[in-house]
Amino acid sequence: MEVKVYSTPSCPYCKMVKDYLSSKGIDYQSLDVSQDKTALQDMVKVSGQMGVPVTVINGEAVVGFDKSRIDYLLST
Amino acid sequence: MSKIYDLIILGAGPAGITGAVYAARKKLDFLVITLDIGGQTVWSGDIENYTGYQFVTGPELASKFREHMEAFKIEVRMPERVTDIKKEGDIIRTITNNAEYLSKTAIVATGKRPRPLGAEGEQEFKNKGVTYCATCDGPLFKDKPVAIIGGGNSGLDAALQMVKISPKVYLIESGAQLSADSLMIDNIKKASNVEICTNSKVNKIYGDTFVKGIEIEKQGKVHNLNVEGIFIEIGLIPNSKFAFILERDEKDEIVVDCYNKTNIEGIFAAGDVTNVPEKQIVIACGEGSKATLSAFRYLSTHKF
Repeated sequence: MEVKVYSTPSCPYCKMVKDYLSSKGIDYQSLDVSQDKTALQDMVKVSGQMGVPVTVINGEAVVGFDKSRIDYLLST
Repeated sequence: MSKIYDLIILGAGPAGITGAVYAARKKLDFLVITLDIGGQTVWSGDIENYTGYQFVTGPELASKFREHMEAFKIEVRMPERVTDIKKEGDIIRTITNNAEYLSKTAIVATGKRPRPLGAEGEQEFKNKGVTYCATCDGPLFKDKPVAIIGGGNSGLDAALQMVKISPKVYLIESGAQLSADSLMIDNIKKASNVEICTNSKVNKIYGDTFVKGIEIEKQGKVHNLNVEGIFIEIGLIPNSKFAFILERDEKDEIVVDCYNKTNIEGIFAAGDVTNVPEKQIVIACGEGSKATLSAFRYLSTHKF
């Protein structure tokens, strides 16, 4: 399973998403869109919007800390 | 039959977390229902007036709050949004987007959220250039022109952050002058890439997939500003809409007495969602502890 989290260092919801994934023992790739322009473009492309965090699980994007949707995508 | 908790705390900002710590130490059987942990503290910049910390950042203080709460085994439902709270005989029913819970007492500590502007296009372009969290989303607008709506402290906070990374920052204020602290105003005026527009009203936000610009009106004249990011920083509104049964004032703040009692017996409220004078982290913490102590007293004296 491929999990990516697009975030900025100052965003509290990003931290919550990462903490949540870690608590479930999920390995994820963390992308800092404040530094990485390509990652920012990818995030906009995959989610169609410009808010962080964006979590991508097997190609499906979740905007914000939406625990139930993250759980659902992790279980499929 | 559903379980009946001693106490349900709604919200986990400074008031809710402090209330939870007090409830844990009183060994109450309780539940915390919240959207997030830390509330507005996590959005706060630098804090220099929280006793014991001469300097601490909002996210740091919020994680200290979180650690303190997590030192106890507390049942937390997150993220859950409360949609209604009812009193049925002696029992309180809390309804969320996910479930219903019963308790003998409740503390509403749901805090405040950013006030929307109400301009055309604001909803359509939310997260597509329009943002309410400069701390979170500011870095996404590096090298892009932006507009900040609101000349108070939070607007100036956002402006001071953005002048460092954006080629052009418009600071838009509907009043005749900026209302932020004069130190912040002096600092923003030193930036060469800021344009301050006072007496200016936002007519609409426009674009295609993402924001392309904003139309403002200054003294009857319409101006179009080409911006890709719009930060709305025009104050806060209380998260009290679900509290139909509770008395609220003209600002929609829940009315409490000095024991944090609301108009409904057994339901208490604390922190920024209430009409407590002054909205400060240290005050919200104090209010949260008072509310739990009042709930505890009610639990030990009331016959259920």
